[in-house]
Amino acid sequence: MIDALPHGTQAPLGSPAKRRPVVPSAVLGTLIFVVAEVMFFVGMISAFTISKATALPGSWPVPGQPMLPADATALNTVALLLSGAVLVAAHVSFRKGSPMAKWLVLGAWVLGALFVGLQGREWAALLSQGLTLTSSRLGAFFYLIVGTHAVHALMALVALGLSFVSLLRGSTSPGLFFGAQTFWYFVVLLWPIIYARVYF
Amino acid sequence: MSAEAHAHGHADGHGHHGHGHHDEGFIKKYLWSTDHKMIGFQYMFTGMAMALLGGFTVYAFRMQLAFPGISVPGYGRVTATDYNALVTTHGSVMIFWVAMPVLIAALGNYLIPLMIGCDDMVFPRLNRLSYQIFLISAIVLIASFYVDGGAFGGAWTSYPPLSAKAEFSLTPKGSTLWLLAVALEFVAFLLGGINFVTTVMNSRAPGMKMFDVPIVVWMIIIASILFMASVGPLVAGAVMLLFDQQLGTGFFDPAKGGDPVLWQHLFWFFGHPEVYVVLLPAMGIVAEIITVFSRKKLFAYKTVLYTAIGTGVLSFFVWAHHQFIAGIDPRMANIFSVTTLLISIPVAEMCFVYIATLYGGSIRLTTPMLWALAFIGEFLLGGVTGIFLGASGADIYFHDTYFVIAHFHYTFFPIAFIAVFAAVTYWFPKMFGKHMNDTLGKMHFWGTIISFNFIFIPLFVLGARGDHRRIYDYRHFPDLMKPGMQDLRILATVALLVLLAFQVVFLANFIYSLFKGRKAEANPWNANTLEWHAPSPPPHGNFPEGLPTVHRGPYEYSHPDRQDDFWPQHLAGDARSAQS
Repeated sequence: MIDALPHGTQAPLGSPAKRRPVVPSAVLGTLIFVVAEVMFFVGMISAFTISKATALPGSWPVPGQPMLPADATALNTVALLLSGAVLVAAHVSFRKGSPMAKWLVLGAWVLGALFVGLQGREWAALLSQGLTLTSSRLGAFFYLIVGTHAVHALMALVALGLSFVSLLRGSTSPGLFFGAQTFWYFVVLLWPIIYARVYF
Repeated sequence: MSAEAHAHGHADGHGHHGHGHHDEGFIKKYLWSTDHKMIGFQYMFTGMAMALLGGFTVYAFRMQLAFPGISVPGYGRVTATDYNALVTTHGSVMIFWVAMPVLIAALGNYLIPLMIGCDDMVFPRLNRLSYQIFLISAIVLIASFYVDGGAFGGAWTSYPPLSAKAEFSLTPKGSTLWLLAVALEFVAFLLGGINFVTTVMNSRAPGMKMFDVPIVVWMIIIASILFMASVGPLVAGAVMLLFDQQLGTGFFDPAKGGDPVLWQHLFWFFGHPEVYVVLLPAMGIVAEIITVFSRKKLFAYKTVLYTAIGTGVLSFFVWAHHQFIAGIDPRMANIFSVTTLLISIPVAEMCFVYIATLYGGSIRLTTPMLWALAFIGEFLLGGVTGIFLGASGADIYFHDTYFVIAHFHYTFFPIAFIAVFAAVTYWFPKMFGKHMNDTLGKMHFWGTIISFNFIFIPLFVLGARGDHRRIYDYRHFPDLMKPGMQDLRILATVALLVLLAFQVVFLANFIYSLFKGRKAEANPWNANTLEWHAPSPPPHGNFPEGLPTVHRGPYEYSHPDRQDDFWPQHLAGDARSAQS
């Protein structure tokens, strides 16, 4: 997404009137990527759902395996959703040209990092209770799905951090910022679905 | 000033900082280029090289089937393990490293910016990255032949438990490398597809409305969207399979509570739309060629477009016809039988629309036109035999026989080769500024088409007689060695040798024309679409006289108000003529 300058904005004078894109290229490109990503998660989550639904009687929940900490994870969920809301506020103030925008981006980043940190703590606890990738189907699917989401969250945090740095340097080019936002909203909005389908 | 500004209007996006006609070094120009045309060529030549690999593998294993146990010239004795690896490599290479890169990546990259009248892709560096990842994936696949145990031998569909457990597949490293290569290849096409859709959405020439976009561009876009919407579940499955292979999880292992059929669902959820991912661009190529060489407007442009979208949507609901005998619920099999038979309607409709376009036209039987007409005929045969396999009752008998192999080769050969030969012979003057030799082109055409039918009609007959696929040596199966059966196998193999020999004619023609061909003018076929407005070959930036403006649809041939029988899209003119 680094060449994500909105197409046409750099065209020198004298070029013919370019059509104004309805959706900037950086956002459109990220959105198409997000569609593929959504289908990726749909594949994993539906595989897990089918696996649960076809379990033999007495084999689910898996005997001898810890229950997933659904209540404690509610806190993580709130942190992530808040982060998304703060980023919406950052977008609004960026549109207004307010200097607050970059600090709101930082706020969203911190809340997002908090989510990843809390998830890490949860993993450490579950691992110590004997839930591992190979211990059972529950463990395999849990680490697969939640781990893939965590990898996406980390990628999105890097993109968001880069856009914070570019805003801090006074950049007004929206390509990276809008692309990173699109991806972060995907990470945020995907999580409640994973939370509902995997933890309960 | 103005023309200069157009050609370099997106200098920032290109990563070039020079001005004017900079001389680039060999590496920068041919290997590290961000120019969409060069990336298209990179994909095309890599695809052609991989086609040679795919052709070599099929040569080796068909020789084994016709003359079991002989030492194949150029390969040596084909062992059972070799046989599995060769069959798997043939399937994977032809689909993932030939059909997709040439049809979508090469032609999409080359044609989209030229046909929509812009200077390059929206994300040129992403485009370069896409090819580089693709090249690495091809290298990883080839490398898998040289690791312990050899290349993966679990078929291109990679069903577990065969693919998941080294004690069954005997290729502990080969199967992981195969999976890695396929995954990398998907990343490459994902980047390419993002680029295609964004470019067509945001960079069309002024005046080019939705229904002024040439059908082939629409088809590549619909195919890219299909690919991106279907590939996710397969990537999910691939990650799970990789975990099963390397980390000891049991997603697909019944002993650990997993389900091997789950992989089949994840695989075919991608695998069936994939057929349409490669079919639609081929259909688009044929649409361009038959309109030009019958000098007629495409019959029912909008119908073709909506039909293609409908085919794309429907293609997501047919996948389980691959699992009719895998133990799925018969009620579900009924539903998938119905959807499978339904999807033949839009595809047949497209073929009929093309035939209607030919009706009453002044047809010119040039080499590209011959290929395009052959595509319609041969693909229809593939489609019709698909009906037998889509009906779940008949499929119980036909499943896993050579009938299936003949069926999908009657669809994939027209897609991956007939349509590609049509496209290469048609756009060759634009790509390289030279004409191809017509006599050699027609020789290659007839040699290929006739031998192709002699390969696969015997296989239909064999399949109907119950000849099972995935068998290394038929001498161990007396039921499959009844009188005449081995003769048909030999006939198919001999026809294959003839087909492969005729490809030498094509390669010779290609290389000869590249260097010694007659020089081509900008618009040798008198075609309408924008790429023929650019010089042949188009320079960096495509349109040195400035980006074109579009005034009408792409198929205004033999318009009654006009003396010429073609009316290029970029020419300013009277009122826009009505579409449809």
